[in-house]
Amino acid sequence: MSNPSNEWPLWEVFIRGQHGLSHRHVGSLHAPDAEMAILNARDVYTRRNEGVSIWVVPAAEITASSPSKKGPLYEPSHSKVYRHPTFFDIPDEVGAM
Amino acid sequence: MSADAPFFEWLCRLGDNTLVLGHRVSEWCGRGPALEEDIALANISLDLIGQTQMWLTLAGEVENAGRSADDLAMLRDAWDFRNALLVEQPNGDFGRTMMRQFLFDHFHLLQLQTLADSADQRVADIAAKAVKEVTYHVERSTEVVIALGDGTEESHSRMQAALDWAWPYVGELFASDAIDVQIAERGIAPLPDTLRVAYDQRVTSALTKATLTVPEGRFAHSGGKSGFRHSEHLGHMLTQMQWLQRAYPGAQW
Repeated sequence: MSNPSNEWPLWEVFIRGQHGLSHRHVGSLHAPDAEMAILNARDVYTRRNEGVSIWVVPAAEITASSPSKKGPLYEPSHSKVYRHPTFFDIPDEVGAM
Repeated sequence: MSADAPFFEWLCRLGDNTLVLGHRVSEWCGRGPALEEDIALANISLDLIGQTQMWLTLAGEVENAGRSADDLAMLRDAWDFRNALLVEQPNGDFGRTMMRQFLFDHFHLLQLQTLADSADQRVADIAAKAVKEVTYHVERSTEVVIALGDGTEESHSRMQAALDWAWPYVGELFASDAIDVQIAERGIAPLPDTLRVAYDQRVTSALTKATLTVPEGRFAHSGGKSGFRHSEHLGHMLTQMQWLQRAYPGAQW
């Protein structure tokens, strides 16, 4: 078996599909450094014209919330429907918001 | 007889370089050292085969004998191929494949950049499309050669061995013959040897970063682009590449 310490580090890839949209997480890949991670992301994730901009982030640098804390983190907002601005009539001229 | 034999011959040199190298690179499909490299090599292979389609289609039109790009790719034998010897050499290890790619890519980019000003608009149009793909090929193969050359002791020694092995095939890319002279006089393309100074600068700069030593010898194998003497490897490659059309003539996708 290969030694995990010899593996290239993992990178998370974010692609902007069109100008004006935000970057979206599309997946991950391995690469020896940031420059190669960009090139690999170009080859793995933009073969079908998916993007106009790529971000790569070392996966180890991402701090994630813990799934075991989802009760205290998210459930309190379930009962607070007044936070959703669904009570307003939006004029058609405004378009997509 | 062909309507414009030198032009046809010259277009076959371009199309056969990309066809043969594209097929060689495709041999890595499913065997790359990492998933990411595997996909990158497949993309490069597809770029090269796409360029082949354009060059050999134009070659067929210029020849005016009713041969399509597929006919030229699949139904000619080794002695009719006009690719440089470098691109038909076997893949070897990943380092050797990337060194071959690096040495060809830098030549290829310089060639396409000058073809954008070709007196023949069809040539200029194909070059303008291909140059974007090849700009990326150069970036990728250069990064990999630098990373592996300036890497571990083992990767460094493999890359130096790859360079020593590939170097004698570089000279043929820049050798000018009677066909090149005709093509240059017609303003279709400059003589290949006029690209050598810029090539040496770019390649040497990258190889220095890669801590690799350019061999001193200027000996150059020849016989590929003239078709006079291909290496034995081309015939073996063609039996793989062409077997389906040979076994089932006229088979359609």
